[in-house]
Amino acid sequence: MNHWIIVPAILPALVAAFLILTLRHHLVRQRIVSVTATLLLLAVAAGLFAMAIQGEPVAYRLGDWPAPYGIVLVLDRLSATMLLLTAVLALVVVIFVIDRWDTRGRYFHILFQFQLLGINGAFLTGDLFNLFVFFEVMLIASYGLMLHGGGAARLKAGFQYVAINLVASALFLIAVGLIYAVTGTLNLADLALKVPEVAPSGQAILKTGALLLFLVFAIKAALVPLHWWLPATYSTTSAPAAALFMIMTKVGAYAILRVFGLVFGADAGPLAMAAAPILLPAALVTLLAGSIGLVGSRTLSELAAYAVIASMGTLLIAVGLFDQAGVTAALYYLVHSTLAGAALFLLAGLIAERRGQSSDQLVPAPAITGETLLSSMFFAAAVAMVGLPPLAGFLGKVMILQAVAASSWWPAVWAVILGTSLLMTLGFARAGSTLFWASEPARIGQKPVSPARLPTAAVALLLFLAAAWTVGAGPLARILSATATQALDRIVYITAVLGPDAAMAGR
Amino acid sequence: MELLVASAIGFMTAASVYLVLRGHTFAVIIGLTLLSYAVNVFLFAMGRLTIDQSPIIVPHAVGYTDPLPQALVLTAIVISFGMTALIVVLALRGFLETGSDRTDLDATQVQDSSSIEEGQARPHAQS
Repeated sequence: MNHWIIVPAILPALVAAFLILTLRHHLVRQRIVSVTATLLLLAVAAGLFAMAIQGEPVAYRLGDWPAPYGIVLVLDRLSATMLLLTAVLALVVVIFVIDRWDTRGRYFHILFQFQLLGINGAFLTGDLFNLFVFFEVMLIASYGLMLHGGGAARLKAGFQYVAINLVASALFLIAVGLIYAVTGTLNLADLALKVPEVAPSGQAILKTGALLLFLVFAIKAALVPLHWWLPATYSTTSAPAAALFMIMTKVGAYAILRVFGLVFGADAGPLAMAAAPILLPAALVTLLAGSIGLVGSRTLSELAAYAVIASMGTLLIAVGLFDQAGVTAALYYLVHSTLAGAALFLLAGLIAERRGQSSDQLVPAPAITGETLLSSMFFAAAVAMVGLPPLAGFLGKVMILQAVAASSWWPAVWAVILGTSLLMTLGFARAGSTLFWASEPARIGQKPVSPARLPTAAVALLLFLAAAWTVGAGPLARILSATATQALDRIVYITAVLGPDAAMAGR
Repeated sequence: MELLVASAIGFMTAASVYLVLRGHTFAVIIGLTLLSYAVNVFLFAMGRLTIDQSPIIVPHAVGYTDPLPQALVLTAIVISFGMTALIVVLALRGFLETGSDRTDLDATQVQDSSSIEEGQARPHAQS
């Protein structure tokens, strides 16, 4: 067995424990360890990605217990892509934060590493209950990160965030219980085998379980009408935490794709495509709601939060097709929107810091120092987020529009995607012109804020990656296309986890 | 027994849904706790309700009870216990910092008027 597969989960766990046990009071050393660990994680994720794109999924059996009785981790193209994206985002966030953002509260790096543990685990796990456990690890760390720095508004929003996620966890357990009661297994590969053969008497219960599960993932992915926690949470938390949370909504999308592409996918017999009839219309409404919220935003971070909702809507439209072209487009757009959204949140933090009293409210305020660089980066991030040419958001949307052309939903999807692009352009143009053009002359005696190099470099790195994602679109789309094919193929997944004999039986 | 367990889960869930929808943090916390109890019993029942049966393989066993849901419930109890502790602290900090235990985000405006009407003294942490 290849033991590198478990490293993305083990490494952050050990580092977090090490940090809290030995380096609790040494912020500088914490930073050194945290950055080193994140670099290592990036190297491991890149290695795993290189391994995964060469071929078949690989299962890692913990304790060498045979599946489906033991716990398995599964590395395939999809999970390797998500791991690599997480590691890249983590590196950017940690570079951003070591300037001085981590001094605003305690234990940032510890919570950060635990959060990485949860996210990586959720991408790797091969069974439903461990997905629940890793979701919880991820959420517990995110509660800490979300509240990092404190403040009344953040505490109020934090309570809502924790409460909604506790309800979601309860629903997750109910769903897991229902699915287990009917099938007697929680291993994803084993479920993919057993779900098509469930007796008619159990089908109603199983479908209830599947849809409850969908509800839970929809809460994570901020699908309308379960999106309302997101703007409050993301706009009140600190900029680096919000940037890292960009990947958490994607965990929801990943879980939808994994569970409803594999277990309740096209081959699931009477339960085939359990989520598809709900997902696509809900995603359309999500995109609409996000762009309308974006136009009405009062602060830059609120604007970024609504942009995230809109991008999740776009992403889930493509996921909702559950076909090869749709998933390819979704993956291409997913990576891009994660990078662009994170850049936007980090920029909102930088801009708020420079503007002093007026923070990131969209009102005219004294001009800020270093405006040219910040404003051009904001322009690039806005172009990326809206999906205007030349950046990858545009290519992603075109791919989605092409993928949807075969579906009967295409007129609605085209109208909504194109219409909301206009709305979002409007929202971003209004925000940008208020922030950078409608500025009042600087107040006399106002001290210029020293430009923060590292955070600016972190944002620049994100924008550079987004640009690189555009330049490499052709080869990347081919890789992602193979990824999509593999993600929707349950036979290769079952072969990897349960062996070729079981896969033959399920064919 | 089935009826008893099912109605217990049902009543707890119904009460918890009502409490979670209330506008004050304490009621929400009680609701979430009740919900986690209901879920635990529910998960337990998903392995089928059996009495006096062995969960592990023993010679001369008449039948077995499913051990897996019990392991799942154990994990779920640990997680929900920790989460309840966290949300209690969070609610308390929120109350001390804003002087209101309302769960809505615009509580700062609401509590100004309500505290005057009810003549409440604000906690010391506010000032």
